[in-house]
Amino acid sequence: MPLIKNGRVIADRYVNVLDERALPEGVPVLVPAARFLADAAEILQRDAPVGVIWPNNRKVAELAPYLERLAVVALVFPSFKDGRAYSQARLLRERYGYHGELRATGQILRDQFLFLVRAGFDVLDVAKASDVDAFASALKRYTVFYQTAPEGRTAAARLRLAANTPLSRVGEIA
Amino acid sequence: MYLYDEFDRTLVAERVTEFRDQVGRRISGELTEEEFKPLRLMNGVYLQLHAYMLRIAIPYGTLSSRQLRMLAHVGRRYDRNYGHFTTRQNIQFNWIKLESLPDAMADLASAGLHGMQTSGNCVRNITTDQWSGVAPDEIEDPRIWAELLRQHTTMHPEFTFLPRKFKIAVTAATHDRAAVKVHDIGLHLHRNGAGETGFEVLVGGGLGRTPFIAKSIRPFLPKRDILSYVEAVLRVYNQFARRDNLYKSRIKILVHDLGAEAFAREVEAEWQHIKDGPLALDPAVVAEIAARFRYPDYAHLDDNPPELSRFRQADRRFDAWLGNAVANHKVPGYAIVTLSLKPEGGPPGDATSDQMDAIADLADRYSFGEIRVGHEQNLVFPHVAQRDLPELWRALDAVGVATPNVGLVSDIIACPGLDYCSLANARAIPVAQELTRRFRDLDLARDLGRLHINISGCINACGHHHVGHIGILGVEKNGEEFYQITLGGRADERAELGALLGPAVPYGKVADVVEEVVAAYLELRERPNETFVETVKRLGVEPFKERVYATH
Amino acid sequence: MTSPLQQKLKITGPVVVTANRLGDGAVVYRTRDGNWSTRLDEAAVASTAPTATEILAAAVADDISAVGAYVAPVRIGADGQPEPGNLRESIRNAGPTVRYGGPTVAPAITIGI
Repeated sequence: MPLIKNGRVIADRYVNVLDERALPEGVPVLVPAARFLADAAEILQRDAPVGVIWPNNRKVAELAPYLERLAVVALVFPSFKDGRAYSQARLLRERYGYHGELRATGQILRDQFLFLVRAGFDVLDVAKASDVDAFASALKRYTVFYQTAPEGRTAAARLRLAANTPLSRVGEIA
Repeated sequence: MYLYDEFDRTLVAERVTEFRDQVGRRISGELTEEEFKPLRLMNGVYLQLHAYMLRIAIPYGTLSSRQLRMLAHVGRRYDRNYGHFTTRQNIQFNWIKLESLPDAMADLASAGLHGMQTSGNCVRNITTDQWSGVAPDEIEDPRIWAELLRQHTTMHPEFTFLPRKFKIAVTAATHDRAAVKVHDIGLHLHRNGAGETGFEVLVGGGLGRTPFIAKSIRPFLPKRDILSYVEAVLRVYNQFARRDNLYKSRIKILVHDLGAEAFAREVEAEWQHIKDGPLALDPAVVAEIAARFRYPDYAHLDDNPPELSRFRQADRRFDAWLGNAVANHKVPGYAIVTLSLKPEGGPPGDATSDQMDAIADLADRYSFGEIRVGHEQNLVFPHVAQRDLPELWRALDAVGVATPNVGLVSDIIACPGLDYCSLANARAIPVAQELTRRFRDLDLARDLGRLHINISGCINACGHHHVGHIGILGVEKNGEEFYQITLGGRADERAELGALLGPAVPYGKVADVVEEVVAAYLELRERPNETFVETVKRLGVEPFKERVYATH
Repeated sequence: MTSPLQQKLKITGPVVVTANRLGDGAVVYRTRDGNWSTRLDEAAVASTAPTATEILAAAVADDISAVGAYVAPVRIGADGQPEPGNLRESIRNAGPTVRYGGPTVAPAITIGI
């Protein structure tokens, strides 16, 4: 499924290694949480970038010790109605200071794009190819947001968000 | 009343544009119903038995006359000339077409109205006391806090796909008119021993299949912390509540399963991380919101002006209405007037477009252009000069909203039920209508005193039957409508769930049974001013049960 | 939520497939020629589960026209025409049993106390 980053479709360099086979050499990989945690030290010694696919029913605190060395964290929306990964995303960005790629995967439609970006996702693994073209316009649907930012503590008290700047990058990190 | 600024108006306008696009994509087939349904729900668009239903938010139950006229217009132009006020201070239109909705929403947006988050698994309309800002027993206007929370939870990127709906209510008075104890979060603004004002935070109240009274998880929270604390509650809920079972997804189940103390600890642990961050409320921010709540330029008037006492003596009907529908105001010379939407034989909580227009005009003339919607499905004029009461009464009487039954047996709260709602098992409205006919005698109603009948057409309890003094729940048995009756529920600061009276009774017998329950009360009460609910509390359900089921 | 198609249909009498029209939410019934009609007497009546399932499947696939299709019981009247088979379907067919919109509007049917 197409990946969108900064409004453009990008190639997915990462290989999903979902079973127990050996990790391919020299290639960026995405590894499921259980496998990663069982072997973290060794996996992180690879030359190529490592990413983790983290399920939405597991606390991201468990991943915290490894965040500095992870290139990608992929969070999961089993259904677009299941919003647990939004909390995980915000915690990763704002509590644990994660600066790597935060990827949204699963069932995500254009109507969630803006929420995803504002929650801190910078790459979206889109469910419908037809939604790709809508990305730019989806992010422009709203120009005003109620949720406050640190610099907005005066009379204005609101954040005017540029089209695809995540909430976290505009100084929301507590 | 809260004055929208450019910011608020822009958000609502952008929402309309988004929804127009979504409707277009649905009608063209680009979106399936499964994809579209959560999107339309987020704008308050339900599909019911006969048609779509649009639920419009009335934030903390406050309307301007201009907004009420817009609702009248929507009713006329897009619906069948009437609307229904709900137990969450919203309004519903029952016959809206999907294809008309974008235009209807654009019209509503021009008056600052919308259906945002009146449905869906998000934070819903934040409700409060319909006497906010004018009640003598309140310590400050809770609507300022309701507005702060409304803004914070509107299109919140993290909390737009919660496990289930989330309802918050705020009160700031000693007597709770907002039913905070049966909400997901109930907030009670009060003064602590040191004279500071803050919130008691209650979590996990709710009705429906598994009713619970909310648990107090924080006796005192400084005002500065309200957004961060609510954020912490929502974050714990969003992450840890069940999503596998529709009936176990509310926060009340999470609180029950973890236990209130363990739940409170989770919230506190999360809150510690964020309490001093961007969500800590700057007094300037609060002041800015508060400044946009405009209060009337009250005149300096005396209580009990002579024209009032004269008229009371001259007209018995006016006197009855005055004693029932008019309450004390915190400003001398003024009064709070309740407009009863419960006429004899009428569907509870409905108003026609014509009535809405007339009420809007009267609000301009007598209430500084402001109207409130109460969760008991009546309207309120919050700022009426006492000297205007006789004239106002005559006008309200002509509009059909001056039945002096406020808080009495015929002031029934009922959900739309099987006549409208696709979730219902049984009808509620005709049961209410028949009861208003049986209890049409206002002298009897006055003698009975405060008596809240709540009727729900299904276990979802939109009629709040669990907390009715007499609660009536419609169920289906072998294709027939049956009703379970409970006694002794309360929704206020002494909130309690009602106790089952006995086996369910068929549709044709409900009114008879209620009459018998009322007759039993008259015999059993210790003194005339012992209210129904006090008598039930004192004696329990048994004596009522004996009386009712002995004869059946 | 299980799709209506995945639930094994068990029918105990004649049924029709009903839904709400997409554009305006009106109650509609699936007809013999694969369309939708607001008139119950134009509905395709099925008396076996396989037939009902087939009509339902086609109806569900047609969600650009109508939404939320399901199988509803009917009774066959003296004139051989289908009539609503329970209270809910009566109300869907004829409208609310209570007046609305002011004193001048009469109900479609009266199921009185």
